[in-house]
Amino acid sequence: MEEKEERYIISTIVENKPGVLYRASNMFRRRGFNIDSISVGPTERKDLARMTITIRGDDATVEQLVKQLSKLIDAIKVSVLNPKNTVVRELALVKLHVADAKARSDIINYANVFKSRVVDVTPGSMILEITGTSDKIDAFLNLAATFGIKEMARTGITALTRG
Amino acid sequence: MVKMSGAHALIEALYKEKVDVIFGLPGGAIMPVYDVILDSKIRHILVRHEQSAAHMADGYARASGKPGICMATSGPGATNLVTGIANAYMDSSPIIAITGQVPRAMIGKDAFQETDIIGVTTPITKYNFQPRHASEIPKTVKMAFQIASTGRPGPVVIDLPKDVQTEVADMDFPEKVEIKGYKPNISPHPLQIEKATELLTKAERPFILAGGGVIISNASQHLQAIAELLLAPVATTFMGKGCFPENHPLSLGVIGMHGTLEANKSIFESDVILAAGMRFSDRSTGKLDEFCPDAKIIQIDIDPSEIGKNKEVDVPIVGDVNKTFIELYNSLSKHLEKKESSLWSKRIQQIKEEHKDKVRIDKEKDLVPQKVLRELREILSHDTIVTTEVGQNQMWASLYFKVYKPRTFISSGGLGTMGFGFPAAIGVKVARPDVPVFDIAGDGSFTMTANSLATSVIEKIPVTVVILNNCMLGMVAQWQRLFYNRRYSAVELGQYPNFVKLAEAFGAQGLRVGSIDEFKKAVKQALKSDVTTVIDVPIPSEENVFPMIPSGKGLKEMIY
Repeated sequence: MEEKEERYIISTIVENKPGVLYRASNMFRRRGFNIDSISVGPTERKDLARMTITIRGDDATVEQLVKQLSKLIDAIKVSVLNPKNTVVRELALVKLHVADAKARSDIINYANVFKSRVVDVTPGSMILEITGTSDKIDAFLNLAATFGIKEMARTGITALTRG
Repeated sequence: MVKMSGAHALIEALYKEKVDVIFGLPGGAIMPVYDVILDSKIRHILVRHEQSAAHMADGYARASGKPGICMATSGPGATNLVTGIANAYMDSSPIIAITGQVPRAMIGKDAFQETDIIGVTTPITKYNFQPRHASEIPKTVKMAFQIASTGRPGPVVIDLPKDVQTEVADMDFPEKVEIKGYKPNISPHPLQIEKATELLTKAERPFILAGGGVIISNASQHLQAIAELLLAPVATTFMGKGCFPENHPLSLGVIGMHGTLEANKSIFESDVILAAGMRFSDRSTGKLDEFCPDAKIIQIDIDPSEIGKNKEVDVPIVGDVNKTFIELYNSLSKHLEKKESSLWSKRIQQIKEEHKDKVRIDKEKDLVPQKVLRELREILSHDTIVTTEVGQNQMWASLYFKVYKPRTFISSGGLGTMGFGFPAAIGVKVARPDVPVFDIAGDGSFTMTANSLATSVIEKIPVTVVILNNCMLGMVAQWQRLFYNRRYSAVELGQYPNFVKLAEAFGAQGLRVGSIDEFKKAVKQALKSDVTTVIDVPIPSEENVFPMIPSGKGLKEMIY
């Protein structure tokens, strides 16, 4: 039996300059950390960027990851986010196969339930945009799969602590 | 603000950091810097291969405690430094490697002699820089020194595009720099000191395991004070060799794969282990699951990521070893008084006595490595600095060449780089011209960087190389004997080169000895020589290094 591994979200403030993502991802590879997702973007300050990393593992793995990240000269602050106190979002774009008019209206109905938006329509396909927690996106994708997913792109999660 | 070229700014910034020597070899992409070196007060030592430049800088750094500087051109010059940079990284040695790079506009175009040295060295440096404007150079150098030499030291690369070297800009040389994401935690947390004090004062059989960090933080004096207060025996890791005098009654020598019997045995009888500046490497602990399962462990390290990386510990202390030792000593001395002996210290003496001379040494033969190294120790002053190559020569040196002072034993521990010892010895001699410097070598390793003979002779940096010559890649041969049914695969080196002639070809002194008396004479002759001496000592080709713990086994499973 495989031991159940928890998902952790690690938020890291780094210098906003070229090569920082390389340094971080190179460290993950070299030390054998298996990252679920990583997203990087600017923060409220021009010189800083936020790197949000999700990883599955045990406490020891996560502790070591945090220490190794903190050791990077370009990492300024590393924190493990507490899921209870964190707003977590992920965005996905899904291109669905549309067989006929019924399928089209079904898709639109489901999309409304998930608060998903239609962002592109062609005679044979539609692109939907959905934002939410990873679980919500997983649920939506399961449903979408019944229509046939042509292509899909997920951003990986980004997160902020409440308050 | 002063107007000058990037190359001028580099040399000026190095000079401001009190750099007195650069080990290097020029080439196209670093020529502007070499042109400036010609007019500077900094000595340049020309190597014959860039790998040696990095090892020389490393030897210089370890002997002096100051960063060592090496320099090379782009492409092959830079990649030749890589082994030396990786070596410095594994042993936490502060070197700064300066490499030329193709001009900015050519980067990424696969230009002649272009290598992405930033990409190549990211996993083996503490940090690396590629300034894109000449005006960034003074600050970059300041940051490089700060990063390389503070906290847990390590190598830093500065990669300079050729047109950044020639670009003229207004230069501002800062006295200080702030690096947002880099603030090494030097001071131990008082609560952790309290916890460690409690464990150690209650301990009946305390044990100290001291690593290379004790040497780096210059903590030997306080290590000795704590050991004597606790009456705790001290074993060092291989990297820690020299941080505690090996003739001290509490010294157990080096622990680990080729550790002493007394160190590997007695640690299992201890109830509290104080591990300082060491990282529980596989070579030191053997199989970790079997490493002292019943003892409580206190670990001191300045690098938080070392704590719990390999071994979970009971009391972690993040901080500079020396600072921590001072606080720990002050705290311990409130509870403990110095005594002459204890049950435990008597037990340690008993273990030492029992294991003395238990490892068999050939009685009939004269020129066996164990006897050669003991004789060498007898002759050399305690200040003599010894480097080693890698393999059997290194492990014999660890076991049979006792070291009494920190920074007098310098070896490639983490990476195990053959060819390290000789160029490192040259770097050491540059840092410490006042003491004799010896490289304990094997024939295989020495051959790898023997071209440094040219540097040592022409630059007048005399050192002595003692080659324990078994005409073999001895350590691999030992493993093949023990674990591969004596099937020797690619380990026989044969009778060549003739090391006496090789030394002479480079203008050095070459001596071959046929007996232990001749060896003693040769060493004395080398000590008087103002030119580098190579002493070729033929030893039996099938001699093993014992004790030994087979790879992957626990410390208890010693072969001897």
